Amino acid sequence: MLDRSESLLFDEDLHFFRDSVRRFIAREFTPRIPEFEESGRIARDFWRKAGEAGLLCPGVPGEYGGLGLDFRFNTVVNEELSYAMMADGITLQSDITMPYLLHHAQPELKQRWLPGMVTGEVIAAIAMTEPQAGSDLKGLRTRARREGSDYVIDGAKTYITNGQNADIVFVVCRTDPEAGGRGFSLILVEADRPGFTRGRNLDKIGHWMADTSELAFANVRVPVENLVGEENAAMAHLFGELPQERLSIAISAQAGAQRAFDEALAFTRERKAFGQSILDFQNTRFVMADIAAQLQVGWAHLDWLVHRHLAGRLTNEEAAAAKLWHSEMQWRVCDKALQAHGGAGYMNEYPIARIWRDARVRRIYGGSSEIMREIVGRGLVSP
Amino acid sequence: MILTNEHRQMAETVERFVREEINPHVAEWERAGMFPAHELFPKLGELGLLGIKYEEEFGGLGLDFTYSLVMAEALGEANCGGVPLGIGVQTDMCTPALARFGSTELKAEYLAPAIAGTSVGCIGVSEPGAGSDVASLRTTARIDGDDYIINGTKMWITNGLQADWCCLLANTGEGAVHRNKSLIVVPLDLPGIARTKIDKMGMLSSDTAQLFFEDVRVPRRNLIGEEGKGFVYQMQQFQEERLWGAARNLRTLDRMIDETIEYTRQRKVFGKALLDNQAIHFRLAELRSEVEALRALTYRGVAEYVAGHEVTRLASMAKLKSGRLMREVSDSCLQYWGGMGYTADNYVSQFYRDGRLSSIGGGADEIMLTIIAKLEGTLPRS
Repeated sequence: MLDRSESLLFDEDLHFFRDSVRRFIAREFTPRIPEFEESGRIARDFWRKAGEAGLLCPGVPGEYGGLGLDFRFNTVVNEELSYAMMADGITLQSDITMPYLLHHAQPELKQRWLPGMVTGEVIAAIAMTEPQAGSDLKGLRTRARREGSDYVIDGAKTYITNGQNADIVFVVCRTDPEAGGRGFSLILVEADRPGFTRGRNLDKIGHWMADTSELAFANVRVPVENLVGEENAAMAHLFGELPQERLSIAISAQAGAQRAFDEALAFTRERKAFGQSILDFQNTRFVMADIAAQLQVGWAHLDWLVHRHLAGRLTNEEAAAAKLWHSEMQWRVCDKALQAHGGAGYMNEYPIARIWRDARVRRIYGGSSEIMREIVGRGLVSP
Repeated sequence: MILTNEHRQMAETVERFVREEINPHVAEWERAGMFPAHELFPKLGELGLLGIKYEEEFGGLGLDFTYSLVMAEALGEANCGGVPLGIGVQTDMCTPALARFGSTELKAEYLAPAIAGTSVGCIGVSEPGAGSDVASLRTTARIDGDDYIINGTKMWITNGLQADWCCLLANTGEGAVHRNKSLIVVPLDLPGIARTKIDKMGMLSSDTAQLFFEDVRVPRRNLIGEEGKGFVYQMQQFQEERLWGAARNLRTLDRMIDETIEYTRQRKVFGKALLDNQAIHFRLAELRSEVEALRALTYRGVAEYVAGHEVTRLASMAKLKSGRLMREVSDSCLQYWGGMGYTADNYVSQFYRDGRLSSIGGGADEIMLTIIAKLEGTLPRS
């Protein structure tokens, strides 16, 4: 069990909330992991139950059906879900897609969609990456042209989390071909619009329960009211939300690393080789001690990050450094924890195999480690 | 070790075989969780590739181990790790002790069909309670008249579901753990044997099984060599397994780098090829140097082995560095493929999953370090 009782971030309300999240996960999520992995997606009824239990979008204000809670509640949900080996669809909804709507959309659009995102009846996705452009957003080619009171969208997106389940998709489209980075808009596309199709649910190394998909748009017509924020200002809106997105990934990575460590600790205590517990070997103890030290630093750093984010002071560079460090740390920890399992670690019946598979993508999605280094590095060159 | 024209011809034969008989089926076999050894092995047998280093009397080619190394390396032409692994079990893991110490009758019965490819073998060493710690295994073979009666469980057995026989390491007596074990050829169609499939994170086209033996009766003539020498034979057999494993990874390591160079040269980010980033072409140059260093180490181990020298030290070092490098190269290359790397349909992600086994199977990295330390005289006596 994740022990966050000593963190200065959380008061009694949050500890109470964590207990309820934990009970929900044990009851509704953990027994269904094989089912979700098998089907390649998280079942819709689970989304609704998660909504009922208050796990979705805690930040949505009362007027839109939410509770208007601060980011510490997102943190608790993220920590517990990631520790329980959940893929990132749920935290994506609460931490990443919802804020675009809340912070930038017209009131009518918010009224239409936010309540459903809280209850889990509406699942959202954000579509940025394309087959030819990932971390380099300026290379995106999906077009939205204005025709009367509509936008008409053409293009293809890929690696879209929640892509099979999504009811609404926030699509980054080029609306001004001449304007470079200032020519993109964020447009909400309902999944039942003619011309919108879902491609393959992509086969991945890990995150088998995440429905990571291709999406295609062929003359998809949506009213201009579906524009989120201002026309041609998508990049500014995206960049404004990036610190929270990267912080969210850092939290998932930290909790995932802790789970890997806990699994390895239990295994090496139990497993005997050459007449003693594996943990009694100095090499194992030193490996585990290194991990313990990194986890300790990591948790303290997370508390600091969340604290700064709550105060509205988390910078783009700090968030990038956090995403870089925590995801790389998680990777190192998971690989060592798997190695400590020996042959058992390679077998899918042990949780460490899933944790290892799932960890790898954290160094890639949400901006790869190399992009994070670019961001931190550029900040040093021209502060 | 100098490669001759004959070596090159051997490599070309293997590569052609892989391209024609293996690669077109990889996707299907990966999905099925097994490649059909009983269909594939006879074709390899026809080319003589299952008995390169074995006596001509039993259908082998009678060549030395350098040719086995060439084949192992050429198997890197395969687009997966699972099929080469299954082949390697047959050629260099479950047969070396049988070929060296088995009686003529036993070799005629089991080695000859293994070389022809008409029967499939597996090696039964690991158990649920004893993986790399071979000395503490619990399976027993008790003498009863002209038979052994075998009881126990073997774990993580490659080819285990489809194998016709197993080269089994079992305790045949009490006493010192290094002197109470024997290698016995056990046909797997006998009463009292059950098998279950094990689901793995990679090497999907290779079937891995748990084998259960309950009062299984095997004639005593199926003993390989002398009773009580099984541990020593297995340690020797491990040398070929480990050199094979190191050689097997070389081409794959090179191909991961080649494919990544190709991809990053074409992929444009921020207006230039990914490969033009110093961080990337420096890293790939570093990795290539590591692969060449591993190749030099492996070739030296094989050369010494062929010259009749004891190579436990070099084979363990090659195995260690090979496992570490499979992790390092697949991971570094995968990173440069970005999102494309995490989806499952490319060479690098295939070996990211398949290659992870190299640091575990055939003796984990930690066991290699223990062996090397022992040979260095630095391992404390308990």
